[in-house]
Amino acid sequence: MDNLGAGYVLQVRLEIRCLSTACNWALRGCLLVCVLAFLASVAQLVAAQPAPPAPQARFVVVLDAAHGGNDTGGRLANGQLEKNFTLAMSARLRSLLAARGIQVVTTRDSDATVEPDKRAEIANHAAAHACLSLHASQSGSGVYLFASSLAPADPTRFPAWKTAQAAWVTRSIKLAGVLNAALLNAGMSVTLSRTSVPAMDSMTCPAVAVEITPELNAKHDTIAGLDNKDYQARVAAALAAALLEWRTEDRQP
Amino acid sequence: MIPRYQIYLFTFLLLASLAMGAALWHLRGRAHQRLLAGQDSAPTSAPAVAPAEQAALLVANDSDGSILTQLHSLPLPADPGARARAVLGKLLDLYAAPDATHPVPGGANSVMQVFLLPAPEIAGAVPVAGKPKFADSRTAVILPRESRSVTPVSPSQDAQQTGPLLAVVNLTGKFAATHPSGIETEMLTVLSICGTLRSNLPRVTQVRFLVDGQQRATLAGHADLTRTFLTSDLLTTEEVQP
Repeated sequence: MDNLGAGYVLQVRLEIRCLSTACNWALRGCLLVCVLAFLASVAQLVAAQPAPPAPQARFVVVLDAAHGGNDTGGRLANGQLEKNFTLAMSARLRSLLAARGIQVVTTRDSDATVEPDKRAEIANHAAAHACLSLHASQSGSGVYLFASSLAPADPTRFPAWKTAQAAWVTRSIKLAGVLNAALLNAGMSVTLSRTSVPAMDSMTCPAVAVEITPELNAKHDTIAGLDNKDYQARVAAALAAALLEWRTEDRQP
Repeated sequence: MIPRYQIYLFTFLLLASLAMGAALWHLRGRAHQRLLAGQDSAPTSAPAVAPAEQAALLVANDSDGSILTQLHSLPLPADPGARARAVLGKLLDLYAAPDATHPVPGGANSVMQVFLLPAPEIAGAVPVAGKPKFADSRTAVILPRESRSVTPVSPSQDAQQTGPLLAVVNLTGKFAATHPSGIETEMLTVLSICGTLRSNLPRVTQVRFLVDGQQRATLAGHADLTRTFLTSDLLTTEEVQP
């Protein structure tokens, strides 16, 4: 009797174990089906929604106020130093561009010495869409725009530091053309040329050196000197308008 | 008691010493006379005055940013280096004049030397159509740091060789320090110097600048003087009489 009772208990236990294993497999199957159904519904939702618009690339302008610190630059009218004039123009232009939603990076914000290579480094790290190197001189008339005199070259993966601008010269000349048009629209005398200025030849962005000189008439009498605030404002406004135009052209496919 | 032979010997030696001293004094005097005769600086032949020739100077004008050719008559030496220095001296004299179209103080004395060397080949310095002034290249140019290591081209060498030349213009520090500051005015000075060298020494295809014998970053804060300027693609300029 005891043997029969023990055999019965063993059989019951075996049946319970089989049932629990079957239940486990069934539960796992249900879980898998649920996960697959969830993924399918999410995929349908994603496919049904319209694609979000791609974020527009930021438009960065580098303003390089030439000279600074020990490097005073030229001496302008009324004893003003070129380094102070370029810094003031940089600040004025920066505020105009910032008001128009353009991100501005400056190579210096104070009377500090910044080496030419450092200026180029700042411009290259900013991945700028335009770089204006601001200069001033007492000789000449109106505004002079200079692109690099390097011969245009194809872009390379590792450009030489001293001639990095060669791959951007064509774009720099185009930027100079846009600046020229804006300054002419503002009624200024503009001279386009090409030159070799330290820092600019190492920049990997469209770069133009802007040299502002007094405004003279045909008889070489001064209409507006460099210390004329209205003249400074007109030049800055024309440059800002040109950079807005450049942004529009830059974003066109 | 001194032996007699010793007295004779001493007397003989004393006389011999005096005689030798006198001979030495006499020879010294003759040597001095010979030395003075060798340093005679009296002119033995009349100095050769170089004949006046027409030199084409490319003169800059600040009012319109132009560079125009002017013909001037001035004595030009046969030696190419001296010739180059003479034409540049005349050019800078024009700039130092009170009524200069491109006023730069300094004058002819601002050019210390002009060295002419065989031009090194520069990779990638191909003139490009539409480029207004100069092509640029900084590669493969090794400039002697000191004038001692420069081998100037002599007239005889010049006659034998026909290859392109690199002109190294050594300016004074005073010229650079007093030069008006500005991109346009500095580039006009540099371009007019390059163009004048090219006009009068057609074999000069490259120009480099030193200031007080040393390489300098810029002329007066703007124009890059570390590069080699190519004269081959200078703008064609209008020729005018002064």
